[in-house]
Amino acid sequence: MAVDSIPQDQPAPPKVALINDPRARALFFQVLVLGSILIFGGIIINNTMDNLASQGIASGFGFLNTTAGFAIGYSPFLEYSEENTYGYALLVGLLNTLLVAFIGVVFATVIGFIMGVARLSKNWLISTLALIYIEMMRNVPLLLQIFVWYFGVLRALPGPRQSVDLAGTIFVNNRGMFVPAPVFEAGFGLVTAAFIIAIVGIVVLAKWAKQRMELTGQPFPVFWTSLGLIIVLPLLAAAIMGFPMGWDYAELQGFNFQGGAELPPELVSLALALSTYTGAFIAEIVRAGIQSVSHGQTEAAYALGVKPGVTLRLVVIPQALRVIIPPLTSQYLNLTKNSSLAAAIAYPDIILVFAGTVLMQTGQAVEIIAIAMGFYLLVSLIISMFMNWYNKKMALVER
Amino acid sequence: MKKTITAFAAATAAALVTTAIVAPASAGPVLDRVKAKGFIQCGVSQGVPGFSNPDEKGAWSGLDVDVCRATAAALFGDASKVKYTPLSSKERFTALQSGEIDMLSRNTTWTLVRDTALGMNFAGVAYYDGQGFMVRKSLGVKTALELDGASVCTNLGTTTELNLSDYFRANGMKFKGVFFEKADEVVAAYDAGRCDVYTTDQSALAAQRTKMKNPAEHQVLPEIISKEPLGPVVPHADDQWFDLVKWSLNVMIEAEELGLSSANIDQMKAESKNPGIRRMVGVEGDTGKNLGVDNNWSYNIIKQVGNYGEVFERHLGENTPVGLPRGLNKLWSKGGILYAPPVR
Repeated sequence: MAVDSIPQDQPAPPKVALINDPRARALFFQVLVLGSILIFGGIIINNTMDNLASQGIASGFGFLNTTAGFAIGYSPFLEYSEENTYGYALLVGLLNTLLVAFIGVVFATVIGFIMGVARLSKNWLISTLALIYIEMMRNVPLLLQIFVWYFGVLRALPGPRQSVDLAGTIFVNNRGMFVPAPVFEAGFGLVTAAFIIAIVGIVVLAKWAKQRMELTGQPFPVFWTSLGLIIVLPLLAAAIMGFPMGWDYAELQGFNFQGGAELPPELVSLALALSTYTGAFIAEIVRAGIQSVSHGQTEAAYALGVKPGVTLRLVVIPQALRVIIPPLTSQYLNLTKNSSLAAAIAYPDIILVFAGTVLMQTGQAVEIIAIAMGFYLLVSLIISMFMNWYNKKMALVER
Repeated sequence: MKKTITAFAAATAAALVTTAIVAPASAGPVLDRVKAKGFIQCGVSQGVPGFSNPDEKGAWSGLDVDVCRATAAALFGDASKVKYTPLSSKERFTALQSGEIDMLSRNTTWTLVRDTALGMNFAGVAYYDGQGFMVRKSLGVKTALELDGASVCTNLGTTTELNLSDYFRANGMKFKGVFFEKADEVVAAYDAGRCDVYTTDQSALAAQRTKMKNPAEHQVLPEIISKEPLGPVVPHADDQWFDLVKWSLNVMIEAEELGLSSANIDQMKAESKNPGIRRMVGVEGDTGKNLGVDNNWSYNIIKQVGNYGEVFERHLGENTPVGLPRGLNKLWSKGGILYAPPVR
């Protein structure tokens, strides 16, 4: 502190009255503001509880342990039945939200990067098509797009008994898409182990190749070697164990297909709408990022005889990423929050299941909305944290 | 988007309004509020033909709408002093709890949990209904017990959703539920072939069928799987307002029993010697004073809105597109279960 650094022989600072001491005053006002915020919050909570009680509306979180009694249309990760509790239903809704957000983020990123690069293409047709895509997606409200995907796609598809049959394994109808589900038999553990070994091997290989590149300048075909590793090792393990894996095919039974894995049209259209919509924004961010890298960098790379593909990958993109990542983070956050529009097309996400059905059954709006808000806040903060870490990693390292 | 926002808005409003109103519980906070405003804010559906449905000019009509109009006629002597708030099944209770609406008349089923834990009171039964199933005729299904494995579309957050689960569970069958927030979206999805079955109250099935591309393609299965007494709802903590809504509905039923209608009430008022009728037209007794309104209150209801039979025929009867039979909703004296306590 400043006081400590004052040499002993200098006179001590004059004593001031507490009221004139800037530090004491600052502390006083900060305590005052914090205190009044806490008191204000306390009054609101207290008042809400009082008024709920006086109107005879139930309150508290005990309802989470009550039997739900209603069905949920889609629960790919957990076995859910009517006998489970409201708390468990919350978990199902929460996982469904995370599922659609995850699919959306992955596809939006892929679409965004492809479209962003295409937008800068020297080919007139490609760049114009990318332009049309971006402008159309960005300028039509998302809810409308969700409805178009949902009702447009639904009406175009046939009923279960006239399903579109892709090679007898995949069936598409207006109840969804039915794909074979893998069934793992004894001995599959070795295949998984081989897969993990392959991944570890790739990481080590990439590190070694980078070191060698920096030392000797010799490039190493990391991509092709990795691809080979990740395919050959598990395949070899599977062959040794006699291919311990089967497929559970979907079959038409009664009203619809049974067995296999099901992708309901609600999930498909929501994921499509979210990723194409957000993808358009990401495309613009990517374009801006690439254009922010000075043209001199590219020219310098070319002058050194670096090929265009390598220039893009090793010179332009790493510098562009610094510009791209911060706005990309907010697009990811937008996508996650926009997934709450699921309720409009009956995809059982947290809003539909929890802030919808459960709210209706229990009437405890304050608690339920608070939980839902807390969930979105938590997810958004986690995404931000991850992206901030990634941003720091990508930041320009000064040497 | 708007849906979700309104739902959130309603929910947060619930939190805020409950904190904002710190007024001590006076004799009748809702009645005072309604009187001060000069009109009733009535929560209705987003469009169920025959119950509450806007016409092309935005004027609301239907059985549920007429319950609100009757209350306005009793309180203000003018049935038109009502404003309507269309609500989804999900938003309706929060809107009532938060004071956004004064009464809810939106084909809402009376259940114990709703009557107690949700802070509201059911003021009677305006329509006795039961849940049914609608399927395409081309499926060749004869009874609901053949529906194992079917996809079922219905409204979110309704007793329908729970009855559906109970029925399939009780009969050891499975189903895939697709739950929408708005009735229109349920109909659209069922019509587009997303579901094999559409389930809701039988009256609403008949009403929604009129909206389908080809109504003749669909049939309603014979099973009725639940009791659905639909009625108007008011908030807790205002007994006077509760009484007024309850008796406005009862007067319509009683009027039909006495043979009083909007057409003959003026003549009956002048001529009738029947004490029951004389009380109903406000010539004898002081029912109005007990309710805290003008003694002409019941006369105004019958004159401006009509008796229950008139209202039913106007909105739901055989000569309307909905075309429902009276069924259970006949007077008790004519083989139904419609029965009003004595208005005296």
